[in-house]
Amino acid sequence: MQPGYHMKKLVSYSVLILFLLTGCGGEPPPRVVELDGSTAMSGVMAVLREAFQERRPDIRLNCSGSGTGAGIEGVLSGQCGIGLASRELTGEETARGAVGHVIALDGIAVIVHPDNPVRELSTEALADVFTGRITRWTELGGEDRPIAAYGREAGSGTRSAFEAGLGAADRCVYTCEYCSTGDVVGNVANNPNGIGYASLSALDGSVQALRVAGTDCTLETVRQGGYPLRRPFLLVTCGDAPPGEAAGAFLQFAESAAAAPYLALAGAAAPEREGSDETAG
Amino acid sequence: MRRRGERAAHCLLFLCALATVALLLLITAYLIASGLPAIREIGLKNFLLGTVWDSASRENPRFGILPLLTASVCGAAGAMAAGVPLGVLTALFLTKAAPPGLAAALRYLVRLMAGIPSVVCGLVGMTVLVPFLRERLDLPAGDSLLAAVIVLTVMILPTVTELSEDALAATPPACEEASLALGATETETWFRVSLPAARKGIAAAAVLGTGRAMGETMAVLMVAGNVAGMPSPLRSVRFLTAGIAMELGYAAAGSLRQRALLSIALVLFVLILLMNILLSWGKER
Repeated sequence: MQPGYHMKKLVSYSVLILFLLTGCGGEPPPRVVELDGSTAMSGVMAVLREAFQERRPDIRLNCSGSGTGAGIEGVLSGQCGIGLASRELTGEETARGAVGHVIALDGIAVIVHPDNPVRELSTEALADVFTGRITRWTELGGEDRPIAAYGREAGSGTRSAFEAGLGAADRCVYTCEYCSTGDVVGNVANNPNGIGYASLSALDGSVQALRVAGTDCTLETVRQGGYPLRRPFLLVTCGDAPPGEAAGAFLQFAESAAAAPYLALAGAAAPEREGSDETAG
Repeated sequence: MRRRGERAAHCLLFLCALATVALLLLITAYLIASGLPAIREIGLKNFLLGTVWDSASRENPRFGILPLLTASVCGAAGAMAAGVPLGVLTALFLTKAAPPGLAAALRYLVRLMAGIPSVVCGLVGMTVLVPFLRERLDLPAGDSLLAAVIVLTVMILPTVTELSEDALAATPPACEEASLALGATETETWFRVSLPAARKGIAAAAVLGTGRAMGETMAVLMVAGNVAGMPSPLRSVRFLTAGIAMELGYAAAGSLRQRALLSIALVLFVLILLMNILLSWGKER
């Protein structure tokens, strides 16, 4: 081994380290806000995050989707700064200090196969279908086919909001349960017997959304409350104050009127601001 | 110098073996430690024989895994009943009857089949098999135990075929030659001499295949329908594996629900363990 070997190695390492240091040393390191929770909110969060990043490049938002329950748990235990919940908070959660801030409203569309002639259902008929009292489409003015009721798994924010909206919490009987909105939409699109539910933002042309109680599921009817099946998208903090200025800045942006156009892009309705206080929590 | 190298190699091999065993022991210990508390809290009888799985209910959560357990056992048994004869006969054809060129081509295809990711099997099942069953059998939805059994059969076929093939290829040629020399036909020789001679290897193939069927999650999640009711062949069922996968994300850390899911994992582990013990016990007799 030549005598200069170690020296050369030392020099090249030092240069490397210097490079690394200058690479992130040009501007102050961005402040990071950790957000975790509902997967149903991923679309909304993606656009909000992008819009916020343009306004505040010094703050970085890390969003992950572990489910509403896990997100609230994470906020209360301090693992993340802001939780994402796609349902109202439970009494137990608020008692432990969780505070919800409504940033958007999501409609839960009832979907059928495009060939299904049924276009409208009352909430009562819908409840009868999903609790297993009506089992054939003829009873709803459709073709002579059995009904296949597709739903989400127990624990899903979409499922609990849907069942609560029908007044049929924990009484629903499903033909099949799937773990994602995409699976439910895909199955209903493939099955002329099928009926299911999905977030309004997740709909595409492959399925037909029904009028429920005489109202179409649109951003407008969801915002005004005419459409009966809707749920809030919440940012959840532990106590009233968000942890730190960075998280506070994002919370303020998400609740402001400036965020509304981005919400529409993601298929969610901006809440009526006057009423936001009573829907939170 | 040479002896030292030799000793180092021995040491390395020993350490590798030790690491494997240690990992297994670690997993076993973790499963037992984390799976038992919930079983104790729910009660072994309520847990294993309870017919209602309603873990998300706020007022009255119930953790009976009998529907899931029955579905898993029926699914694996169904796949074994269909897949083992098919795989073993394929192996018999490949080793004894097929011309060498054809055998090589088929062998390549079987190996290719073994490499299909389970999510792809599930996707094909979801888009082709499930609608087919719905139309043919006039069901509301095709997601069912039957669909799961068919997909699982396809998934365990390569395992069963390849391992049976190894076992059949290892039968002593002298036995088969003696049988032929005594006047038995080729078919008689294959079924009366080759198959019995390879039965231990074939049993191992069946157990490994069934174990794979029992542990399969993704494909089953996509075609079984996942409703946790008592199983029936043409209705949607939830497997043990699917039960864990569906709910783990919703179970709060440390809750009874999360611990019950870990108990399901323990039950799965014990099932696979029992099958392997049964196999080695059968081998000795």
